[in-house]
Amino acid sequence: MSRELARYLLTRFGQLLLIVFVAVSINFIIPRLLPGDPVQTALARLQATGGAQNVDIQAVSAAYRAKYGLDAPILEQYLNYWLDLFRLDLGVSFANFPEKVSTMIGNALPWSVSLLAVATLIAFATGSLLGARLAWPTAGRGIKAFVPLMMILTSIPFYLLAIILIYFFAVVLKWFPPAGGVDTTRIMRFDWATTEDILKHAFLPCLAIILGNIGFWALGMRSQMVSVLGEDYITFAEAKGLHPRRIFVWYGMRNALLAQVTALALSLGSVVSGAVLVEVIFNYPGLGSLLYVAIRGQDYFVIQGVVLMLIVSLAVLLFLVDLIYPLLDPRIRR
Amino acid sequence: MSFVTSFRRNYQQGRISGVLLLGLGILFAIVLFSAIGPMFVDAVNAQVGAVRPRKPPGPEYFLGTDSQGRDMWTLLIYATPNTLKMGLIAGFIGVGVGTALGLIAGHFGGIIDAIIRVISDALLTVPAIAILVIIAGNIDRMNTVIMALVVASLGWMFTTRTVRAQVLTIREKSYVEVARVNGESQWEILFTEIMPNLMPYIVASFVGTVSGSILAVIGLEALGLGALDEMTLGNTIYWSQQSSAVLRGYWWWWGPPIVVIALIFIGLFLTSVGFDRFANPKLARR
Repeated sequence: MSRELARYLLTRFGQLLLIVFVAVSINFIIPRLLPGDPVQTALARLQATGGAQNVDIQAVSAAYRAKYGLDAPILEQYLNYWLDLFRLDLGVSFANFPEKVSTMIGNALPWSVSLLAVATLIAFATGSLLGARLAWPTAGRGIKAFVPLMMILTSIPFYLLAIILIYFFAVVLKWFPPAGGVDTTRIMRFDWATTEDILKHAFLPCLAIILGNIGFWALGMRSQMVSVLGEDYITFAEAKGLHPRRIFVWYGMRNALLAQVTALALSLGSVVSGAVLVEVIFNYPGLGSLLYVAIRGQDYFVIQGVVLMLIVSLAVLLFLVDLIYPLLDPRIRR
Repeated sequence: MSFVTSFRRNYQQGRISGVLLLGLGILFAIVLFSAIGPMFVDAVNAQVGAVRPRKPPGPEYFLGTDSQGRDMWTLLIYATPNTLKMGLIAGFIGVGVGTALGLIAGHFGGIIDAIIRVISDALLTVPAIAILVIIAGNIDRMNTVIMALVVASLGWMFTTRTVRAQVLTIREKSYVEVARVNGESQWEILFTEIMPNLMPYIVASFVGTVSGSILAVIGLEALGLGALDEMTLGNTIYWSQQSSAVLRGYWWWWGPPIVVIALIFIGLFLTSVGFDRFANPKLARR
């Protein structure tokens, strides 16, 4: 490993730590900056709505105060907050007292991660391929007609697309279930029936995320390809008489993809934001729905825990993208 | 008619494109709709219980009614300007703050630049909804102005980046050098020499910021974190979700707000693509 590469990795790692630090601090500061006592507000609301009749308000209140350590000096509270985080102690839910927030997040995380990973990868791959094809001079009229369609799809928020998909494919045509992650009456087993059920439930939310993102990748790849195709090495490759397909893949796409990976890193934030809302609309049992239920019930620690989880996981993902980047771009390795 | 001639020249040179005109046209139509709409409908019909609930579109109620007994057509006419207002306020603040920070960072450099750059880069990568949820969830009484402020708090980073990058290239230009030798002060150079040349970029990022702000506003509202007693497009989506309007087949409830939202975004998108060409003549030639 060269010194430049080491320095590159170290800077990126520093960025990861910085984002996590800023995120945790924001999570700590904002509730304390705003007027009012969140404990009182939340409990009052809980009692007023009768949403927690089986909950011992005293016990919740005590747990809350102990967790917050509201009487301690602010710096001590801040340090305790960090210590708790390192022990993965995110507090308890009071809508489902005394369930731990970390357990709830642990249950929701696999659903979100698998949905988002599959959908983003499919959107990235197909979008990039389509965009590269659009930029190639031999692209026919049929494929060029995609561009306006892509533009329209990209500009509409994809959680609204999700509502339309549910209406047509779940309500009108009844091809797919309208909500949930798996049939609630099903006993979860490792068999084909369960898998099929899970896949059926995942199909529409996945499709919503793919449709909402594919245009972004296609348009980005198209403009990258157009500028790559203007480079001298493409002309040189043509002069050498290489097969157009070889030029397309190895000289064109390979270089255009570099900028796409950077774009992937930058857009992950908005992809995650949108995916949270898609989960809410499909009532999909991931982090988004967990967050939504927590917001509805003023379940304070759950809200904070999920938000923290979103920020940290995104920061880690960005770091991973940065780690992959030198493999693609040899200029950084040297 | 100097405006017409300069317009025609710009159009012939391909700087003003059909894309830009189409985008501005759509936006103009929506603004017109929300400006003159209220003159023709009675706001009372958008109150809960004003009309018979759950009526599909027909001669009596042009766009039907929701399950709370609100006339959808009236609701839409009053909701659209509120949503646009939030987007515009947030856009103005976001671009204002973003431009100021970008100018300062690019022009003065050094430690100020480093701080601004690190903060904006870190915030750019964080999922906006995460921070917005924490802020919005902690505010007890939400209204459209506070909502716009909350969203604006995360709407400045992109402008800061673009403006900073542009300042870095412009400050090396010879006319800035001449101004410096002539003894103009740092601030004079910044406001009279550098900033006017950035206007195309600032306008372009204003369109982008407004679009991003409306996206964030609707997202928060769809989660039930908006000013729920106000008529907005996002709240309409939220209430239709709350009443399972999709599953119960009340398409006229969630359909029209989605169409209006989509039109707003398409209009903004086309305008920003069009402005990009305006700001960057190289693109126009392609």
